[in-house]
Parts: sequence; C-alpha cells; structure tokens
Amino acid sequence: MRMRTVEISVGAFLLAGLFALVLLALRVSGLSVNADNTTYRLYAEFDNVGSLTKRAKVAMGGVTIGRVVDIELDKKTYMARVIMDIETNVDNIPVDSSAAILTAGLLGEKFIGISIGGSRDFFKDGETIDDTQSAIVLEDLIGKFLLGSVGKDDEESNDSF
Amino acid sequence: MSRLLDHVATLGRSGLEVLQAMGRATIMLGMALFGRSSSHGSMPSLVVKQIYAVGVLSLIIITVSGVFIGMVLGLQGYNILVRYGTEQSVGQMVALSLVRELGPVVTALLFAGRAGSALTAEIGLMKATEQLSSLEMIGVDPLKRIIAPRFWAGFISMPLLACIFSMVGIFGGSMVGVDWLGIYEGSFWGNMQQSVDFWNDVVDGLIKSVMFGFVVTWIAVFQGYDAVPTSEGISRATTRTVVYASLAVLGLDFILTAVMFGDL
Repeated sequence: MRMRTVEISVGAFLLAGLFALVLLALRVSGLSVNADNTTYRLYAEFDNVGSLTKRAKVAMGGVTIGRVVDIELDKKTYMARVIMDIETNVDNIPVDSSAAILTAGLLGEKFIGISIGGSRDFFKDGETIDDTQSAIVLEDLIGKFLLGSVGKDDEESNDSF
Repeated sequence: MSRLLDHVATLGRSGLEVLQAMGRATIMLGMALFGRSSSHGSMPSLVVKQIYAVGVLSLIIITVSGVFIGMVLGLQGYNILVRYGTEQSVGQMVALSLVRELGPVVTALLFAGRAGSALTAEIGLMKATEQLSSLEMIGVDPLKRIIAPRFWAGFISMPLLACIFSMVGIFGGSMVGVDWLGIYEGSFWGNMQQSVDFWNDVVDGLIKSVMFGFVVTWIAVFQGYDAVPTSEGISRATTRTVVYASLAVLGLDFILTAVMFGDL
C-alpha cells in the first residue's frame, strides 16, 4: 500500500513535469503544433541595414511571413545582402514589390516590411528583391537637422534613407 | 628556502588530491552506470522510490520559490518598464529570464540544497554504518544497488522540476502583472509568445537543466560515497556537496550561456 502511494505520486510528478513542458511550449513560446514551416529563400540588397539583426521578422501588411536568416556584405557592390526565409504558403509576392527596413515603434526592433507591387509574376526561390529602401539611421537624421540641410539636398542624401 | 618548497609541495599535493578525487568520481559513475550488471533487484522500482525522495518531496519548495520569484520579477519589471510606457513587455521579460536562466539555475541551487545534501548524508551514513560493505559481502554491488538508482532519479527529476519552476514562475508573474497591476492580458501573453522561441529558449533551458541535474547529482552521490565514515566526515561531505554543486552550477551556467546565447 505504501509503495503504491509512492508510485502514484511519482507518476503524478512525471505528468506534472511533462505538462509544464507542454505549457512552456504552447502557452509561453507559442509553438504551433501543425505549423507548416517550410520556407523558400529570397534575397534583398540594401545600402544600409542599420541595426537589423538575424531572426528579425519579415512582414507584409503587418503580418509576419518570414524571418531574416543572415546578413552579409556583398564585396563587389559594397551593399548589405539580407537573406530571408519566407513561408511557402505566401508564394504570391509580385516581382516589383519593394522591401524596406522599418522600426517597430520609436525604440523597437528593426524588421523588413514588404510593400506589394502590381506585377502578375511572382518571386520564386532564390530570387532577389531589387527595389529596396534602407534603414533610417537616427544619427544621420540628427546630423542633417543640425546642418539645416533637410529637404535641400535630398538627391545627394538619398542613400541614407 | 625549505619553507617555500613546503608551500609548493602543499600546493602540489592538493592539486593531486583534486585530480585523484575527480578520477575516483569518474570511475564510480562509470562503474555505477555501465558496469557489468549483477543481481541488484529490479532497477525501475528502485528508481521510482528515489524519484519520490528526490523529486516529489522537492516539489513544494520548488513551486513556492517559483511563484515568489515570478511575482518579484513581474513587480520589478513593471516598476522599471512603466517609466518608458512599455509595461506590456513584462511578460516577455519574466518569461525569458525564467526560461533561460532563473528556472534552471535556481532550481539546481535549491535542488542541491534540498535533495543533494540528503543524498550525500544518506549514502555517507550507509558507509559509516558499514551497510555498503555488508551489501558487498552478500554479493550485491552497492554501486548498482545504491548509487545508480539515486543518480538516475536526480538526473530525471531535475529537468522536470526546472520546467515546473519556470511555468509556475510565469504564472506568478502574470498574477502580479495582469491581475494586480492591470497589464492587458492579451499583450502580456502575446508579447511573450512572440519573443520566446521554443527551440532557442525553452529547449536550451531544458538542456541546461539536464546538465545541472547530471552535475549536482553526480557531486552529491560521489561526496556521500567518498565521505570519511565518521560523523564529522559526513557533515563535511554534506557541506562540500552544497558548496561544490552550487559553484559548479553557476560556473557551468556561464559556459552554457556563452555557448547557447553568446552569438546572438
């Protein structure tokens, strides 16, 4: 009888531990069980990625559709090459869409926002988004305000925003 | 000159002693886990009994400390974040710090104090009262019969306790944040789910707790097995278990954190 209570309480303990792990997975990390997590790869070249990091989200119309996998410097063009994995079920991004590096809130993290183009051809695995808009670097903006040059030389300073 | 050499010799002797102890600990563990099996009773029921002693009886201290740590994190996080108007991030702060660090580490420290010291004292007393040598006399390997079930029990219980600790702590944090301080529930849990990643945060925390369980139980069992069989020796061994296990957990935590999260 004594051994039986020990066994029951150990069983309950094991169940409680596994239950806590399942709760951590589902409730805390938001792991969805039947998520279709196959992806395809897109590239985008930016003049300046600012403080964009790996694992940053890629959003379209505010909905997350993928993640940034890696950022590297293209040695020939001196541009930052961002490698993104996009969910396979979003397979209809028009080829004239543009990618911009946006900030969530004033101090939030950087993410890539994709604005839809009008073309009937869609991006396929391994293609590059040509129309890009760099991150707004706060220091550059402040520098321009200090020099009073905002709005005067937009053509020259295009690369910084 | 000769006094200086004496000091060098003392240093060398203690270094050799540490190395010898590590060697004995490794041999003990290897013999207990992989040694040739003899008649040692039914292993599963022995492990179940030990899981009861090590895991189930630690549940109360683990849940109570988990709730309080979660509540304190919620309160402190709220007080700082509300100044910047970002009190919705309390959820992610509580969850990340619990799942990545506090869950495994605090559980391991409590586990060393609650279960590790008990293991050492029990095995040490068995040695002092010559129960271990009596077992050997009747042809039962004490490493298999006494050490191995206790080791497995600690190794299994520790990750489960850490999961329970983290989960209870997060509920404690939500109790303070959502129910008491009035953070909107949706953004509390939503921000948390957005920033906590299953593989990079939950599973890494789980790996940490598995490693801590291994180290703490190993130290506890070895200190008991290696204790000087006197009452003073057992008390020293128990102290050493708690001190070494705590230091090992904290040091190992830094290394694991550097490996897991260092490149992010």
